Amino acid sequence: MAKLWNNYRYLILRRIVQISLLVLYFGGNAWGWKILRGDLSASKMFNMIPMSDPYAVLQMLAAGAVISADLLLGAAIATLFYMLIGGRAFCSWVCPINMVTDAASYARRVLQIDNIKGTRQPASRNIRYWVLILSLIVSAIMGLAAFEFISPISMVVRGLVFGIGFGWAAVVVIFLFDLLVLKNGWCGHVCPLGGFYSLIGKFSFIRVHHNEANCTACMKCKVVCPESQVLYMVGKESLPVLSGECTNCARCIEVCDDDALGFSIKSLIKK
Amino acid sequence: MEKEQGSDRRKFILDMARGVGIAALGGFVWSAFIDEAKASQLLLRPPGALKENDFLRTCIKCGLCVEACPYDTLMLARPGDHRPLGTPFFLPRDVPCYMCPDIPCVPVCPSGALDKKSVSTEGHLNIKSAQMGLAVVDQESCIAFWGIQCDACYRACPILGEAITIEYSKNERTGKHAFMVPIVHSGACTGCGLCEHACVTQKASIHILPREVAMGKAGDHYIKGWDKKDEKRLENAKEIKTTTEISKKSAVDSLNSGMKDLY
Repeated sequence: MAKLWNNYRYLILRRIVQISLLVLYFGGNAWGWKILRGDLSASKMFNMIPMSDPYAVLQMLAAGAVISADLLLGAAIATLFYMLIGGRAFCSWVCPINMVTDAASYARRVLQIDNIKGTRQPASRNIRYWVLILSLIVSAIMGLAAFEFISPISMVVRGLVFGIGFGWAAVVVIFLFDLLVLKNGWCGHVCPLGGFYSLIGKFSFIRVHHNEANCTACMKCKVVCPESQVLYMVGKESLPVLSGECTNCARCIEVCDDDALGFSIKSLIKK
Repeated sequence: MEKEQGSDRRKFILDMARGVGIAALGGFVWSAFIDEAKASQLLLRPPGALKENDFLRTCIKCGLCVEACPYDTLMLARPGDHRPLGTPFFLPRDVPCYMCPDIPCVPVCPSGALDKKSVSTEGHLNIKSAQMGLAVVDQESCIAFWGIQCDACYRACPILGEAITIEYSKNERTGKHAFMVPIVHSGACTGCGLCEHACVTQKASIHILPREVAMGKAGDHYIKGWDKKDEKRLENAKEIKTTTEISKKSAVDSLNSGMKDLY
């Protein structure tokens, strides 16, 4: 039990948050629960507080839509939350695709795919920013929110709440892509929503902090980290993880047996 | 050292060109897919929906209208439905719109893709002003046009007597019966689909089409001179001047040159 707590507390908490959100959305549609209605694109909390996906609203702006006050307010609430508090927490605490890609990356470790010689990562993690820019250009040209039209994230959430159709295929494709083609391929390389929250999350106050004095350089953290480039300082310097690409998933904190990683609040004054 | 710098620059330029190339290819495929996917026109939207193009760019696909619908009329398009993904629509033969007086699906829309104003008259919600589609009768398969008495659609219509009326005419085949056929009036029909739902034929002989698809447009060249309201359209009409010069000579000559000029 103590081991479970030590090694998996954040993982369990994340799964609880991710699944409860889906259950609340599902209940909102199926049984008329009023806690959370809609889906991850836009929703209403307690029939009062609007929330909307700021990236979707940005695409709609690019497409030339008139944005309603409700959507603007909702996008502002989400943006402020992730900008000030959560960082890129959407990706690891909310998005259901995270469960799929985590499963794929776990399967890669079990099958030791990463250890096969000659398999190097052939793609840049900056692809997501290109896709982000491209999505806005395509939105402007086609006159609708382009990524929302193909997003497997919205497809799966909508599918689970309103009926999935062939949406499950998106889950299978992403799993296989991450398993066989590219390690952390979808969430860590391609997904423009992840790129969007990487840019916003740069500023948040909750940060993973590395304490070099305790580190034994076992590198377990880098093995589990889906964005391992953000942990460049491990074993070298005591620093907070300041890159916006860190999803605050806290897997590194759990796997560290030496208390060299933990959450901290970013200090306002630079030392 | 100098040589290395040069190759760095070459690599940088090549990388950028690659990025642009891949982005162009991706953007092209992406746009083509969207263009195909949004091309489907035979789609009935909830009441108060903006024009299809504006609707597609404004709807955020949250499904709040679907949740608000008490009859489970509205659905969100799923992958495999061959409709713009995630947008709300309904199939009246399965579940029509029951035209709730308080139109619960419209005020919940957070994006304004369902516009309250377009289903309001004098500041009050009025479902009768909705324009979801238009009922169209297939006279070949409608049994009322065969002479069999059926007024299922007429009875089902929530705006009975305005949106659908029954017209009488003599059945010359039997000589002693009447045709009682349904006639749809586009000015009153909201496209709720209760008629399509009620139609007794195997496949509905009255069905709802989007108004854009079902309706023609006479244009400004044709005005109902006997209708004061319609005549007002003339006020906006612009004068059109043609620049073709009419030759007076050939008009006169054609009368004197035999049949030659006529052909």
